[in-house]
Amino acid sequence: MYSDKVMDHFKNPRNVGEIEDANAVGTVGNAKCGDIMKIYMKIEDDIIKDIKFKTFGCGAAVATSSMATELVMGKTVDEALTITNKAVVEALDGLPPAKLHCSVLAEEAIKAAIEDYYKKTGVEKKIECSGDCAHCNHEH
Amino acid sequence: MVYLDNAATTKMKDSVIQSMLPFFNDNFGNASSTYTTPGQNSRSALENARAEVAKAIGAESTEIYFTSGGSEADNWAIKGICEKNKKKGNHIITTTIEHHAILHTCEYMEKQGYRVTYLPVDEFGMVSVKSVEEAICEDTVMVSIMFANNEIGTINPIGEIGALCREKGVIFHTDAVQATGAVPINVKEMNIDLLSMSSHKFHGPKGVGALYIRKGVQIENLIHGGAQEKGKRATTENVAGIVGMATALKEATENMEEKTKKITYLRDKLINEVLSKVPYTRLNGHREKRLPNNTSFCFKYIEGESLLLSLDIEGFVVSSGSACTSGSLDPSHVLLGIGLPHETAHGSLRATLSEFTTEEEIDSFVAALIPIVQRLRDMSPLYEELKKGMI
Repeated sequence: MYSDKVMDHFKNPRNVGEIEDANAVGTVGNAKCGDIMKIYMKIEDDIIKDIKFKTFGCGAAVATSSMATELVMGKTVDEALTITNKAVVEALDGLPPAKLHCSVLAEEAIKAAIEDYYKKTGVEKKIECSGDCAHCNHEH
Repeated sequence: MVYLDNAATTKMKDSVIQSMLPFFNDNFGNASSTYTTPGQNSRSALENARAEVAKAIGAESTEIYFTSGGSEADNWAIKGICEKNKKKGNHIITTTIEHHAILHTCEYMEKQGYRVTYLPVDEFGMVSVKSVEEAICEDTVMVSIMFANNEIGTINPIGEIGALCREKGVIFHTDAVQATGAVPINVKEMNIDLLSMSSHKFHGPKGVGALYIRKGVQIENLIHGGAQEKGKRATTENVAGIVGMATALKEATENMEEKTKKITYLRDKLINEVLSKVPYTRLNGHREKRLPNNTSFCFKYIEGESLLLSLDIEGFVVSSGSACTSGSLDPSHVLLGIGLPHETAHGSLRATLSEFTTEEEIDSFVAALIPIVQRLRDMSPLYEELKKGMI
């Protein structure tokens, strides 16, 4: 059902954990829907120096979180904001249709963390979300 | 591979396969043909099989009608009884935690103008006899309540419900797909009017099942056509399948007590080990009144599919009522039906044993499960919140 890449990221997820002195933290999803993603970032000079995640969810949720952190690591904040759920899916060699919402959640989690960073640093920018969250009540 | 998904399907026994083989070649004849050989061999094999199946549930041979499986038997029972008893009324009573073969059939009946009462169950998944009694009204045509639940294994007070329905003059059907061959059943003593069973749940072949219809109960056909099954269910008889089913059921009911003792011991060991070694875990279903082979757990703070996937990687085959396994967004209706919150129901796991399950398999399963649950929890933001005292 899952690609080798998804299985690899599920079995050996990259960047799992917390960052004690994170200056950007975003949590999306809810337990009722069965998936929650929490992203921690350490941003210095607008560059994402470190990123970690914690995920409650299915195999695809873990794999998309892991891949999303890989795609974002070392990028500037602006670059990170251009990463779409589609890019995460492509990097994982595809996801079953029923699991596409997991990739949306990954994109949202990154954006939520950056939004937190903006809030903490007093940047007044609005982040657009491309996600289709009709199935859940995520707050944007 | 350690196979612990016997509620989904079971491995066929060699003896069952051997009993079927002659009916694919030498005895290939149509059981309904009039010529002597090879049709006659098929005919007598079919009737012997019918007698065996009847014996296993305390019925008469003439009360057993073979079907293509449990779902057909369930569909036939509900549609056939309602259709034939239209004059009596349009009310059906069932429960919220039935198999989809019953629930979706009832939903279909609602579209046909029937009124369906879905009785709630208690925290263990058991329906109360009193609630059945209170739901029965003048226009109630039938009650359909499962013998034992397929996800959480809870066994309902079928004998008491049967007695009540008989007293009230309401037809009583039970979906015994999980119970047949696993626990003692006597349709006469339990006042059961109709009972569905499925062969592949007790080490028989797939694609064959049966509906027991008590003598005198009027039912409309579901499948019209030839005169097979005394004109009640058309289609050339699946002789090999039926013979296999009868062999399997005969073997399942022979020494049932002894086998149950062994399986129950392993089940209880599994339950006790998991509950004592994995914190924040609950057992779903009734502790004692449950199928001898069923265990069902919810592991808090993790999600069922990732648990299943992790176990699968290590060679353990189990199942989950998690939404993510089925592709739907809601977790199992059974787990929600026993009152679990969504977030707990998402972390479910069902491990179901068979007479082939060994103690070594149970031990290795528990040994693999403990670190997997911990690994997933270490990855879970909910568990992090718990550890930080936030929830």
